[in-house]
Amino acid sequence: MEVDVRAGLQKLAARLGGQGATLAEAGRLSGGASMETWAFTIEGPAGTERLILRHRSAPFDEETARSVSLATEAALIRATGANGARVPIVRHVCDEADGLGEAYVMVRADGETLGKKIVSDPRFDAVRPQLARQCGESLVAIHKTPPPPGLKLKAVDGVAELDRYEEVYRATGARRPILELAFQYLRKHVPPRVEPTLLHGDFRNGNIMFDPGKGVVAVLDWELAHIGDPAEDMGWICTNSWRFGRPDRPVGGFGDYADLLAGYADAGGRPIELSRVRFWQMLGSLRWGVMCLTMYLSWRDGITKSVERPMIGRRVSETEADLVVLLEEGL
Amino acid sequence: MITHPRTEELVESVRLWIDEIRPTLDPRNAFLARVAANALATVQREITEGPAAEAEAVGLMAAVLGHAGDYEALNAELCDGIRAGTYTVETPGLLAALTIMARRQIAIDQPSYKPEGTTAASSS
Repeated sequence: MEVDVRAGLQKLAARLGGQGATLAEAGRLSGGASMETWAFTIEGPAGTERLILRHRSAPFDEETARSVSLATEAALIRATGANGARVPIVRHVCDEADGLGEAYVMVRADGETLGKKIVSDPRFDAVRPQLARQCGESLVAIHKTPPPPGLKLKAVDGVAELDRYEEVYRATGARRPILELAFQYLRKHVPPRVEPTLLHGDFRNGNIMFDPGKGVVAVLDWELAHIGDPAEDMGWICTNSWRFGRPDRPVGGFGDYADLLAGYADAGGRPIELSRVRFWQMLGSLRWGVMCLTMYLSWRDGITKSVERPMIGRRVSETEADLVVLLEEGL
Repeated sequence: MITHPRTEELVESVRLWIDEIRPTLDPRNAFLARVAANALATVQREITEGPAAEAEAVGLMAAVLGHAGDYEALNAELCDGIRAGTYTVETPGLLAALTIMARRQIAIDQPSYKPEGTTAASSS
């Protein structure tokens, strides 16, 4: 499914910018195996618009995929935004006429998304102590958004997630005692069921845009949105693999548990116990460990030949080094 | 084994050459070249530190399981035992052994990684 994105953006410029509008610049920001992000600018009678295109570059089956379709992603961003969440502004959801395949357009926001910068760049020193609280507040508006009707969102709980990743782990054929122990431990400590809510599903440092003055600008990357335990979104941002070298600051490498939880409760979220967050944090490390194994396998099986993949396989040991400490401490 | 050069020195020479040409590459290839250099650094550490780490792991697993064996057999038995519930976080010496093994492995795979529990003083 080769799509000429540049040609598509030119057409889009006329559609979005009105008569005589042109594409002033366009460049690819990032490209994964299946998803591309482009930054582009339209100049037209109404002025200049700086935009972002999210575009799928490989076939997608919503039934079997873990991620949601881009149309669903756009609908969720609009719904959570309308409910007060800090999210991008969706400008346009592409259709057949655009010739861009599965894609949507957002207004480009200004801010930093590189996790390492948020954690260590002096520009963020002043705002950093506020960020964990703001992350808690941001989650409330997302979790309190009723999922728009008609969307295909998967429902996941702790047991289902453990089943899913244990199945993936077994299929890899890897034998790792620490991962085995984490599966067994977590199965014995699944927290009691709570009312499930809409979840972002990939809420971590790296997927949130921050401003050095204001803090949280927008929560990005919605492709793993689903329905589940609200503590899951909190546990993932506390997983050490996303603390960028600051394990002493459990929330994203920039803040403390207490601020995250207080920000959530003070903004009207149903209070969440720390042990529940820690369950999902431990499951987060385990999940990332299993994902690292599958990335190695995608190289071994010839699905992708990038040198990056086998090297990510060697990141399993980072999750093991984290898991042994969490197992020692308990939830 | 040939010593002039040793295997790890061959690997190191390629890694250093990659680092040398990295600035001449386009951003995508510069990134992949950095990953490639990191991969060779891991290979280098595995050659020099791997045998001792594996020998230590064999000793630790043998102590938990109560009998000797090779790495693969002990590792498989430990995995099966944990899955069956024979060994748990309460098993004396198990977590301590796994912690040492994890530290040795991360020292080979990613020595700059700061695991959970690293304090502020040692992480700055």
